[in-house]
Amino acid sequence: MSSWLENLQSQFILNFVEDNRWFLLVQGVGNTILITAVALLIGVVLGALVAMVRSTFDKNGEDMKKRHKGSYNLLFVCNAICKFYLTVIRGTPVVVQLMIAYFIIFASSTNGIGVAMIAFGINSGAYVAEIIRGGIMSIDEGQFEAGRSLGFSYAQTMNYIIIPQVFKVVLPTLCNEFIVLIKETSVAGYVGIRDLTKSGDIIRGRTYSPYMPLFAVALIYLFMVLILEHLLGKVERSLRKNER
Amino acid sequence: MNDNVMIQVKNLEKHYSDGSIHALDGVSLEIDKGEVVVIIGPSGSGKSTLLRSLNLLEVPTSGQIIVDGVDITDAAIDINLHRQKMGMVFQHFNLFPNMTVLKNMTIAPMKLLGKSKEEAEAKARELLCTVGLEERADAYPSQLSGGQKQRIAIVRALCMEPEILLFDEPTSALDPEMVGEVLDVMKSLADKGMTMAVVTHEMGFAREVASRVVFMDAGSIIEENTPEQIFEHPQSERLRNFLAKVL
Repeated sequence: MSSWLENLQSQFILNFVEDNRWFLLVQGVGNTILITAVALLIGVVLGALVAMVRSTFDKNGEDMKKRHKGSYNLLFVCNAICKFYLTVIRGTPVVVQLMIAYFIIFASSTNGIGVAMIAFGINSGAYVAEIIRGGIMSIDEGQFEAGRSLGFSYAQTMNYIIIPQVFKVVLPTLCNEFIVLIKETSVAGYVGIRDLTKSGDIIRGRTYSPYMPLFAVALIYLFMVLILEHLLGKVERSLRKNER
Repeated sequence: MNDNVMIQVKNLEKHYSDGSIHALDGVSLEIDKGEVVVIIGPSGSGKSTLLRSLNLLEVPTSGQIIVDGVDITDAAIDINLHRQKMGMVFQHFNLFPNMTVLKNMTIAPMKLLGKSKEEAEAKARELLCTVGLEERADAYPSQLSGGQKQRIAIVRALCMEPEILLFDEPTSALDPEMVGEVLDVMKSLADKGMTMAVVTHEMGFAREVASRVVFMDAGSIIEENTPEQIFEHPQSERLRNFLAKVL
């Protein structure tokens, strides 16, 4: 029993204490959080924009065609671009997208983390867009009609009446997308970024002992996801306090 | 055309895109100020389509709808301004579930008419009193009965001080014991001289409150006349058949 404990202790010292290896993990967590946070921001903004274009085209396209031919044409083009974006991003693996971004599109850049933020952001945007669009489409048509019949324009109806309801509907799914995103950034090592996963792997490579570093990495991801779940659960509850 | 005309519908046609249904087949109709026009007819006769065309929730394929002398089917006009003056009450109430009753009633006047919160709320509370729901100002729609919801929907429309109210089967989704309270509100509005267009299956209401009853079938107006004439002396075979079924 005591030899088992001693073994554990020496493994711990070897993997985390010697050469200050724990610092690699701290750096890795920092990078993972940084990449995720910025990608999240890009994803939400991009996703909201794409969802807006797509749902406006579906819901208000006919009306615009009659009344504002010019902006309808613009919307038609934007909608086609958005559809193309969704197809390509959702149809290819995120690792491949990341590598294309790093080795081809931003080949001249040395800022790997910056490239990863953009690549994961653009990837996440596609999923967020479809989540939000699904939310908009799930709102009863009668809510639109009630808004329009009071004299609100399409945009006002969206702003004042639909979006506040959509927010509540999509929050759980959006929360899920955030959790997926944190974990998806673990492929950042493919382009030489020292995120959490890569840091654990570096330690493993140096100590030739896989258990401690990999379990540590797994636990840290789990911990981050739990914190995120907790925070989003709080937001959800405070939203639900009203009504029903 | 006399000055009293509020809405003039000319030769309205509506085809749905797949071409299979001819929802409106050359409908012409006039609604005067202060009139209560009740539209009856079997389901699928186009009565809801006609009503929803009046504020362009349904866009007609051809024909004109002239409101206050302006053709609202003209793509150049601002339909939103016209809709402000045309309140609508729906079969399924369509209250905003995430807002209190008061907020449901004040959001449009505040955002569209530029009323202050105090002004809009004072007006809303006054209207709530007229339908006996002043106590429910801070309730959410999910806490109300169907009849209460519909009464709120009516006063929500009234908050915009419309010139005409459109009712699309306002009692069809209600439990029978709640129909009366909604019809009472509508009746008192009619008594105050509100111009109304009502699609309904409530023949009692049509007979008692309507200044004119319009009978539609297969996308056309078959007969329009005073309630007495419609109900006591129906001219067409189709109207007689319809009345035989519903009365």
